[in-house]
Amino acid sequence: MSEQTPKFKVTIDNISIDVPAGTTILNAARMIGGDVTPPAMCYYSKLEGSGGKCRTCLVEVSKGSEKDPRPMPKLVASCRTTVMDGMEVKNITSEKVVDARKGVVEFLLLNHPLDCPVCDQAGECDLQNLSYEHGNEATRYEFKRRTFEKEDIGPFISLHMNRCIMCFRCVFTAEQLTQRREHGILERGDHAQISTMLSKSLDNEFIGNVIDVCPVGALTDKTFRFKNRVWFTKPVDAHCKCDKCSGKVRLWMRGEEVYRVTARKDQWGEVESWICNDCRFHKKSVKDWVIEGPSMIARSSVISQGHYAGNVGTAPTPVLIDKVIGKQPKFTLDIHSVSDVNRPEVELSKIDGPAHSDDFKSKK
Amino acid sequence: MAIKLLLENDHIEGIRYYDTYRKNGGYRAAEKALKMSPADIVEEVKKSGLRGRGGAGFPTGMKWSFLAKPEGVPRHLVCNADESEPGTFKDRYLMEFHPHLFIEGLLISSFALGSNATYVYIRGEYAWIPDILEQAIAEAKNNGWLGKNILGTGFDCEIYVHRGAGAYICGEETALIESLEGKRGNPRMKPPFPAIQGVWMRPTVVNNVETLAAVVPIINMGGDEYAKIGAGRSTGTKLLSVCGNVNKPGVYEIDMTCSVEEFIYSDEYCGGIPKGRKLKACIPGGSSVPIVPANLLFKTAKGETRYMNYESLSDGGFATGTMMGSGGFIVLDDSQCIVRHTMTLARFYNHESCGQCSPCREGTGWMYKILKNIEYGKGKMSDIDLLWDIQRRIEGNTICPLGDAAAWPVAAAIRHFRDEFEWHITHPDEAQTRNFGLAHYADPIHVPVG
Repeated sequence: MSEQTPKFKVTIDNISIDVPAGTTILNAARMIGGDVTPPAMCYYSKLEGSGGKCRTCLVEVSKGSEKDPRPMPKLVASCRTTVMDGMEVKNITSEKVVDARKGVVEFLLLNHPLDCPVCDQAGECDLQNLSYEHGNEATRYEFKRRTFEKEDIGPFISLHMNRCIMCFRCVFTAEQLTQRREHGILERGDHAQISTMLSKSLDNEFIGNVIDVCPVGALTDKTFRFKNRVWFTKPVDAHCKCDKCSGKVRLWMRGEEVYRVTARKDQWGEVESWICNDCRFHKKSVKDWVIEGPSMIARSSVISQGHYAGNVGTAPTPVLIDKVIGKQPKFTLDIHSVSDVNRPEVELSKIDGPAHSDDFKSKK
Repeated sequence: MAIKLLLENDHIEGIRYYDTYRKNGGYRAAEKALKMSPADIVEEVKKSGLRGRGGAGFPTGMKWSFLAKPEGVPRHLVCNADESEPGTFKDRYLMEFHPHLFIEGLLISSFALGSNATYVYIRGEYAWIPDILEQAIAEAKNNGWLGKNILGTGFDCEIYVHRGAGAYICGEETALIESLEGKRGNPRMKPPFPAIQGVWMRPTVVNNVETLAAVVPIINMGGDEYAKIGAGRSTGTKLLSVCGNVNKPGVYEIDMTCSVEEFIYSDEYCGGIPKGRKLKACIPGGSSVPIVPANLLFKTAKGETRYMNYESLSDGGFATGTMMGSGGFIVLDDSQCIVRHTMTLARFYNHESCGQCSPCREGTGWMYKILKNIEYGKGKMSDIDLLWDIQRRIEGNTICPLGDAAAWPVAAAIRHFRDEFEWHITHPDEAQTRNFGLAHYADPIHVPVG
């Protein structure tokens, strides 16, 4: 059956790829990888029906298909639009897309409390990454931010509704992973909130996964709350024998202490396999786990700071710069452009004794 | 005297009851249609050039022909009677005083589309109308027009009336379908369109009340005859619900050849502006369409007379034109404040946003807060450009057209009445006590470019 699926050729930011029919533009872009991939805040490939809500993945379709070359009149949500044969898509090469995405980031941050310094999600937050890469420096919003009554949803998960960006991922997770969904959306418009109707606690064996799918700090691990910052802990892949789930997890350790257990995430920030609450909340000792080795963390992530510099995630493909006009690949910071120290042409082994800043200056 | 099709028997007392309706030629079209083949009815509607009366003006015949017809899967006709657009109340009039015309239209359309279970989704605020409709449905059923094996044709049809719970968003067809299924009324992502996957994932056609009622005269007189009424691609007659500063607010039927000036000032229709005031602006198609100032209302930017039809009203695009919309004709005289008016609309859209996608959820509230500041004398000059920027980033970037509907009124108000916004900001105290532009807009002002 799968061999008979026709292949469609789609061109995203001048880069062509053949994908099976029925693939969405976003997934086609993920197959290419690098900068042409639109960001996604609400789409989650493992959750059916997700996507289309956050509007960060908007792209411009400049050519509908080979048969019908008309461009699409509006920007489309790439996570929900399937490719057609011969489709041409503009992502970062389109002014309209870049502008619309700036707008969406501003809208998402409008009522977000920006309490990153006290937020447990900081450092692995999709919204931080999104606003860093696609947003403006400042907001133009001058009004009081919307706030919600704090709600207790049980001993393991902490709900901080003010930070929520209404991606609906946790609702889909509870619906598709657990027997009975206990939380959902109440109210509408800018007062819509994730809540359990009668302040019940969420207790289901797999409900802990809502923490992993949450792109922001709205749902966090109560057992890890205020214990540490993610960039101080070392991510380590481990597994155990669990009769409920796959048992493949990521431990966040400092020294010999396990601070937090999460599911493993792939390069798009999506969970590889769901884990159960027992593994997540109760096995907080190294003895419970078989350590596999350090986790692969993308270099651009703040978590890789000082840890596993060798474990580079995806290096930007060099062909990109030629094809995508005027857009430099993603670097957190090109240190050599702002600092004299550690210039690559200076060989440290040839310097007598410990290196001094003068050693670099004299060679300039 | 203009041609009347839907409100032809409006003067007859008791037309809402079956016996009177039947005596005055009712259910003649149904009799005729049930002898035709469904494909022929669709063909007649196509020939008539009937355009959807709900607001978008999409050709009905074309919509019907898109309906997927897979084997063994039931199809549904859903009538969108969730008429919540501020300023629009034509469907209410039709359902309240001509329920049998509406049911006859539903029956013919159900037959044409092969829908055995047809749903009418009624706006929750119209609390008394479901009773009227249910009574009319019972009458029609007693007389053999609904139920099993109608007129011996073997066609079964039931009409179910479903009450909404008071959400504007449920007037959007996919949100309506979700709500009808018993879920939260959030619009669905399109594609798939309802014609492929609608109610319970079955092929569905969603039509406005007036559209379905217009099927009756089309069958009675034939599609070609119907197409002769009106002008150009705007065929047939249209119901307009007039409110605001006019002498005779109410529901009127026009044949789309009447000019806007005639419509406002003739005694047959609105009867002019009361108290000798001057016309300032008009929203011709329900609150979400762009507002037009008086100087652009009677004549287009090219100097041609503007008529009450789809093409003429949208002449000049959004820069100098507007839209026919759903036919909620709102007239503003020179005593009205555009800033306050725009604020009211922004508050409405903020309240009614479903909260699903970010630009609409956050942007509508932001626009409302800024407009509130300007209205109450706390605005800044930069706020006007900011409003423009926000509406630009909402429009077209949302799942459903509510984002556009929220953005257009703000955009049009700034485009045409920027000086009034500026006056509000520069005269914060005076703006609380009096209105800007007394008699200013009655004279032709310059036509903005672009």
